[in-house]
Amino acid sequence: MTNSSPDGSIMSAHGIVNRFGKQTVHNGIDIDVAAGEVLGIAGGSGSGKSVLLRTLAGLHTPQAGKVLADGRPVADLLPAERAAFMGMLFQHGALFSSLTVAENIMLPMREHTQLSNEEQVPLAALKLALAGLEPAAGSKVPSALSGGMVKRAALARALALDPRVLLLDEPTAGLDPTAADGIDELITQLNDVLGVTVVVVTHDLNTLFSVCDRVAVLADGKITVGTPAKMLRDKQSGVHDFLSGPRVDAARAAMVGTAKPKQQGAEHGK
Amino acid sequence: MIGLRADHKRLVKLVAGLDRAPPAAAKQAPGWRRLIIATGRAGAETLKDFFDFLDFTGRAAATLGQLLLHPGGLRPSAIAHHITETGVKALPIVGLLAVMISVVLAYQGVAQLLPYGGQDLTIDLVSVSVLREMAVLITAILVAGRSGAAFAAEIGVMKSSEEIDALKVMGLDPMQLLVAPRLIALLITLPLLTFFADVMGLIGGAVISQSLLSISFDQYLPLVRKAVDSGDLLVGLIKAPVFAVVIAVTGCMHGLRVTGSAESVGIETTRAVVKSIFLVIVLDALFSIFFEKVGI
Repeated sequence: MTNSSPDGSIMSAHGIVNRFGKQTVHNGIDIDVAAGEVLGIAGGSGSGKSVLLRTLAGLHTPQAGKVLADGRPVADLLPAERAAFMGMLFQHGALFSSLTVAENIMLPMREHTQLSNEEQVPLAALKLALAGLEPAAGSKVPSALSGGMVKRAALARALALDPRVLLLDEPTAGLDPTAADGIDELITQLNDVLGVTVVVVTHDLNTLFSVCDRVAVLADGKITVGTPAKMLRDKQSGVHDFLSGPRVDAARAAMVGTAKPKQQGAEHGK
Repeated sequence: MIGLRADHKRLVKLVAGLDRAPPAAAKQAPGWRRLIIATGRAGAETLKDFFDFLDFTGRAAATLGQLLLHPGGLRPSAIAHHITETGVKALPIVGLLAVMISVVLAYQGVAQLLPYGGQDLTIDLVSVSVLREMAVLITAILVAGRSGAAFAAEIGVMKSSEEIDALKVMGLDPMQLLVAPRLIALLITLPLLTFFADVMGLIGGAVISQSLLSISFDQYLPLVRKAVDSGDLLVGLIKAPVFAVVIAVTGCMHGLRVTGSAESVGIETTRAVVKSIFLVIVLDALFSIFFEKVGI
């Protein structure tokens, strides 16, 4: 089913340059997303994590550089192809407030598939359950949901068309630790069971170390990629500044305790 | 410093260690130059605004054309929803205003024409101005305030909560999903509302004629028929779809211009309303000149 580019990457960005006014946020960024991995993108506030994710999604056109999805420029994807290729979870969910949760999930199905309404309803319920929500949540409007439920509902919508890549923008931001752990578990599960490739922008260290196969740290307009363990040993100033301190030590200790088996030695990409 | 309490000492030490230099005042150009700069900026912005408007209108027209070729993309339920919101719910206020406007015109007409014994011409005055100008103008201004603002705010909130981005990632076109239904709905409702305002304005004229001029309803209708013809009605109605496009395009365009903040929703909504009312009145003036020149 895959016809990814020769080096096995499902998405890649080359020479991305983004400037806002006089400020250069990205100064020639190259990143490859390997099929089946969970790639974390981290960096301090204002380092351009979200802009990079939006660039990958094709929502933001960079000043220079190109983004390839499945070996093709992301801007050339037809609407239906794009919807089938990627699903995106926005930081605040971005659920359509006039529709119920189930209708939100069914919207991409209604637009891009020939499925009848009778087929869509159970599918929407399935996506809802996959995202870890009670069936009753489907008939609620987004404003009636808690923060954690909004993220799960938005994740269910991102999964509606069984995309090959999930782009997650700060999935655990603003959640209490229990809800955040739940989201982390959910990401791992979706990656393991559905085989969906995940790109997650986060500054949640627990997500970085316990969920991600590789971590990319944005600093000073450049990006450095490696396994979480390798990144922790990195002594480059930007990376080291971000990945040091008491919180990092605590998260590292937690990772050593609960590291998932596939993480050992799994070094994707280059 | 001596004799400080231990807890005060900590505070003094903390503050002493901070960089307390006030921020350097930004360099400001002299007043006369700032005026020129501001004028230039405003000019450039207005020009850009104008091109943006043309660009957006073009894209909206292209989307409508595409929908005409592939009617499968039309959203009847969304269109019906917006017809209810922009049309049906506006009926009471449009009707009331139309009656009021003809009352105002009739009173002024009688007061001004009475010294010349021409008070009977009041009926001509009221019916001609209502049909040609007042009904469509009042309706368009009201709809710009009601629906133009609603379009800008609805789409603006969606933009600021990233719902528009979510649509794009799902491969859905905001133009087709959000702008087209509103534009189509307004193209349907504004002419209908205008016709409704025409009727209500004439009814208002009848009521006022009875009380001011003692002309009964039976006498009133033939007088109206003598004063106006279908051309006057058409001159009013033909402007309605043009105003509908202006209001819908301005509202939607400003909604999509919203950036993250809630403040920006307010700013863009205000701009949408002010600009669409401005454009409606300017276009109405141009229409008047045009109809005068071609002699309708």
